[in-house]
Amino acid sequence: MTPRSRLHIPYPPARPGDTPDFSYVKISPPGAVGRPETKAPVRDIENLSTEMVRVLGDDAKAVGPWNPHLEPQDLQVGLRHMVLTRLFDDRMQRMQRQGRMSFYMKSTGEEAVAVAAGMALLPGDMLFPSYRVQGLQIVRGRSLVDLMCQCLSNTRDMCKGRQMPVMYHWGSGNIFSISGNLATQFPQAVGWAMASAIKGEDRIAATWIGEGSSAEADFHHALTFAQVYRAPVILNVVNNQWAISTFQGFAGGEVQTFAKRGPGYGMPGIRVDGNDFLAVYAVTQWAAERARQSGGPTLIEHVTYRAAAHSTSDDPSRYRPKEEWKAWPLGDPITRLKDHLIALGEWSQEQHTALEKELEAQVTACWKEAASYGTLTEGPTLDPATMFDDVYKEMPPHLAKQREQLLELARLQPARGPQAEHDPDRQAQPVAKEG
Amino acid sequence: MANMNMVQALNSAMDIMLERDPRVVVLGEDVGYFGGVFRVTDGLQRKHGEHRVLDTPIAEGGIVAAAIGMGVNGLKPVAEIQFADYIYPAFDQVVSELARLRYRTAGEFSAPVTIRTPCGGGIRGGQTHSQSPEGIFTHVCGIKVVMPSTPYDAKGLLISSIEDDDPVVFFEPKRIYNGPFDGDPHKPAVPWSSHPGGAVPEGHYTVPIGKAEIVRPGKDVTVLAYGTMVHVAQAAVRLAGVDAEIIDVRTLAPLDTDTLCTSVCKTGRCVVVHEATRFSGYGAELVATVQEECFWHLEAPIQRVTGWDTPYPHAFEWEYFPGPARIAAALKSVMEAA
Repeated sequence: MTPRSRLHIPYPPARPGDTPDFSYVKISPPGAVGRPETKAPVRDIENLSTEMVRVLGDDAKAVGPWNPHLEPQDLQVGLRHMVLTRLFDDRMQRMQRQGRMSFYMKSTGEEAVAVAAGMALLPGDMLFPSYRVQGLQIVRGRSLVDLMCQCLSNTRDMCKGRQMPVMYHWGSGNIFSISGNLATQFPQAVGWAMASAIKGEDRIAATWIGEGSSAEADFHHALTFAQVYRAPVILNVVNNQWAISTFQGFAGGEVQTFAKRGPGYGMPGIRVDGNDFLAVYAVTQWAAERARQSGGPTLIEHVTYRAAAHSTSDDPSRYRPKEEWKAWPLGDPITRLKDHLIALGEWSQEQHTALEKELEAQVTACWKEAASYGTLTEGPTLDPATMFDDVYKEMPPHLAKQREQLLELARLQPARGPQAEHDPDRQAQPVAKEG
Repeated sequence: MANMNMVQALNSAMDIMLERDPRVVVLGEDVGYFGGVFRVTDGLQRKHGEHRVLDTPIAEGGIVAAAIGMGVNGLKPVAEIQFADYIYPAFDQVVSELARLRYRTAGEFSAPVTIRTPCGGGIRGGQTHSQSPEGIFTHVCGIKVVMPSTPYDAKGLLISSIEDDDPVVFFEPKRIYNGPFDGDPHKPAVPWSSHPGGAVPEGHYTVPIGKAEIVRPGKDVTVLAYGTMVHVAQAAVRLAGVDAEIIDVRTLAPLDTDTLCTSVCKTGRCVVVHEATRFSGYGAELVATVQEECFWHLEAPIQRVTGWDTPYPHAFEWEYFPGPARIAAALKSVMEAA
């Protein structure tokens, strides 16, 4: 028979109705992987890109050279941030389901990736997030009301109604704007880090990308530029197994880890248990120290699982088994840190229940305040004439003219609809929505 | 005052800005040690150091993305894309990121990046070294688009672009880097020293972004052109023997509508000229604007003279190029119309 070429079509180990199967996820025992010096040459530490750095074992004890030996108080703070992130996500999802906002994306099951990394970095370090690392905002102390107002596109929205929900930014908190285009932030973070080095500062940049969007050219631009100039940047790939409906094999993860791409470019790659708070903290700390010593970039692959749907517009039961999250071998990052604190004698189930209650009340109070600044269904609403602001620093004549046209339209066509009835101030607003 | 060609004028602009403002950095393919394939950055790395004039990997998307990150971190990057034809890999970073960063963050973040890129044909560059993609960028809100036609304007506009807090895409018509070109490739080359636009102050000065210039006053017909075509239009006007008012648009976005429309309302006739392809080209915007503002003053349909709607050919360059004969024919046609 004449040999013929044939395409390989990646296929996930389990589809709806199948038994979940994560045998493809290679897991090292906790404490088994050595921790090299932060100045170690890449060729000596390639094993970090194929093994898996883990600290927390099934017995909830912290073991091995990567244990960052954090104080119990710090662990409690980390737990608090993760629980708050999850409760915030749950509330926003419910509010979207009630029609109060258009869209939402949860980070359930991946909280440690953002929270532990955020805590291991310094406040002056610049973060270039993807859309599923809201824990970074929580770690840096962003008010929940601000985050909610953005999701609501209301009168206090930091984006003035110009971005979809979750596309936050925070200048004074050193958190860059999120782009819905995916991956664009990866090489931008490298440019930011290059500028930091050009200016002779010791601030570093860190950025996050999904394993799916690591297939974009921007991922490769980032790795090339970062390594060529040894930019002080941490490049995080969050491998949560699913990019909407395509499993990680479609991004090239079937025969090679994503971390392994680091050594391919000449930089360390570290594969870490992304649901192990201590391990994520430790590898981030290692990479940050290396970057601050002119050691250049590090690529970190966080192995985790996207427990929630991609977004509120997605239905994962159409492409993966419903019970897959329960079968995920690396567990739940919140449960694992909680059990560790309990094992240390520094936490209890009663304290945990009280914490959840306290944070739930905080989320409720914040939601109440945020909604008072407007939701999709209730006013007050932003002034549409502001849509012409910030296109340029100064408004050019053609935009001023278009703004006048919009205002003229509003004068001819007074406000109407439910907002006008509910909000007496509405009549005084210069511009109405089109009917 | 010195005599400079456009390459020297652009070099001088960057040299001055690197000297005056520690935030300015220059980056791009071959721009450092070698000084650029067109020599526009010649000597800048030697003088200002390799941390301020950086050779980059061949990755236009990476160049623009890195420039954005640098801009966010307080620098003023001047990125060179070696040919405008190579800019497409950076398109997403320009359109979705650079142009909209200020807007999407309600003014909290912005990146004052200048992207310099040589454009246009007439150098035997074929379809990958001859394009004029300015119309693709003028369609994007949030960036300014500039194209000079003389060394004087090139230097003044580039300094304005670098000093501008908004991103600017700065097109350099490479056919006139070394001298003005009237559209006849068989004539001997003319140096910039023979043209008033080649007289360039050695120090810092600016030409404002957003202002067109009347390069030849006239009363019969208005010619709107930019870049190389400003010079070709002058030859065409001589050929046609009409008293045309030639306007160098210079800043394509935001457009100086007042200067353009005041002229057309005066002359009542208009010819729009560009080297780029015709369909959905920048000329369509000029025609629409003139029509909206000057309709009751118009005595004839507005004409466009452009590159044909084909890729830029290698062998038939001068059949493709909208030369003086085609422009003169359009001038006569609008003059003859009732």
